[in-house]
Amino acid sequence: MNPIFKHGPSPQHRLILVLFCSGLLIFFDHKANSFEFARGYLQSMVSPLQYLATAPKQMMNWAAENIVTRRQLIADNEQYKINELAFHEQALQLQIVQRENDRLRALLASPLRGDAKKMVAEILAVDSDPYTHQVVINRGANDGVYEGQAVIDDEGIVGQILHVGTTSSRVLLITDVTHAVPVRVSRNGVRLIASGVGVIDTLGHNHVPHSADIRVDDMLVTSGLGGKFPEGYPVAKVTSVLQDESRAFSQIQSQPVAKIDRLRYVLLLWPEQNNLQATKNIVLKPDEKAKNK
Amino acid sequence: MTIASRLIILLTFLVALMASIMPLPLSVDAFRPDWVLIVLLYWCLALPNRVNVISAGVMGFILDVLLGSTLGVHAAAMAISVYIVAGNFQKIRNFSIWQQALIVGVLSALYHLIVFWLQRFLTDAVFLPSYLYPVLTTIILWPWVFLLLRKIRRNFRIK
Repeated sequence: MNPIFKHGPSPQHRLILVLFCSGLLIFFDHKANSFEFARGYLQSMVSPLQYLATAPKQMMNWAAENIVTRRQLIADNEQYKINELAFHEQALQLQIVQRENDRLRALLASPLRGDAKKMVAEILAVDSDPYTHQVVINRGANDGVYEGQAVIDDEGIVGQILHVGTTSSRVLLITDVTHAVPVRVSRNGVRLIASGVGVIDTLGHNHVPHSADIRVDDMLVTSGLGGKFPEGYPVAKVTSVLQDESRAFSQIQSQPVAKIDRLRYVLLLWPEQNNLQATKNIVLKPDEKAKNK
Repeated sequence: MTIASRLIILLTFLVALMASIMPLPLSVDAFRPDWVLIVLLYWCLALPNRVNVISAGVMGFILDVLLGSTLGVHAAAMAISVYIVAGNFQKIRNFSIWQQALIVGVLSALYHLIVFWLQRFLTDAVFLPSYLYPVLTTIILWPWVFLLLRKIRRNFRIK
């Protein structure tokens, strides 16, 4: 090698080549969406790198979980027992209400609502790119994950599946600028669209008339209108309502109820199957799914 | 250029890619330095006939896939920043390490601005000053990465 005599094309030619290629990539990926299929393969190809990059964090978590005192474990355990008792009592109430609701729906000749299949997934990686709000989870096409699937945490809607790889997939969060969820106010049923604004703790609502009855602290739940998200899951809480008559619409902002910036485990939802054994459908590990079938 | 030295260069890139997607707390995350850009700039200064604009484009593409951004955005920004160094490597090599750090800071700012402009063009992103925080950490990091990679290069006699 000799740096004085350069070989191959000049830097200018290389730059033009790379810029031309990336221009084509940007056009076909953004405007024409031609990479939806290839993205799955690309995601599978880079997933070993993602598993490697999260290894130190996983080790820290493992250490934090294993190095706890006996007393703390007992205290946690007691707390969980009390929680379970409370939840169980609520579930009993819920069963009665659900049965009543089913009867009423049958009387009104509306379709019955079944229970959705669910699967627990762990967050593998959070993107460091400030322009997109996405996370990667450790479930992929092998577990039956599909594009556009609803993802929730213990508080509310988190987002939907964007690209599916074989063992990992990418979740688009509701706070991303390209994402929007159809919601309604749980108090009075006013319909809105909650769209991401690119800030982790804010959702925006465009085109809301001044006459709409929306107050601060109203809970927004999914309306199920888009067909992507099942109905009735909490999405956000209204934080500010600004009615400036000089503007065409009222300015409404809300805060997601899901802990978007502190996600660790999420729940994937499958569409309703009309069977009423809800608890049996929760899949904790992929191998348990086979047993349930 | 033996296979071993190729592998070592690839390994440094792999570590840089891992460092740029490693999960960090939200408060520190805004300050994450541009690991891939720093490593690319070092190899482009040291061996401009091995690592140059094409490698920058490929690394940018991999970063696009890893970050889930529109394919080609980081590739274009990375290629333009590295092109400036590839054209002036003989000048920049002779600067002192802190002068180099400032140049790397300017290139890193250019990289972030190109990414922002492309994102603005594609998805109406709004500019926040926090998008340029990585420039500071990149400037601070450059001397250390430079010394480390030079040690690696001399130790393994990568030419």
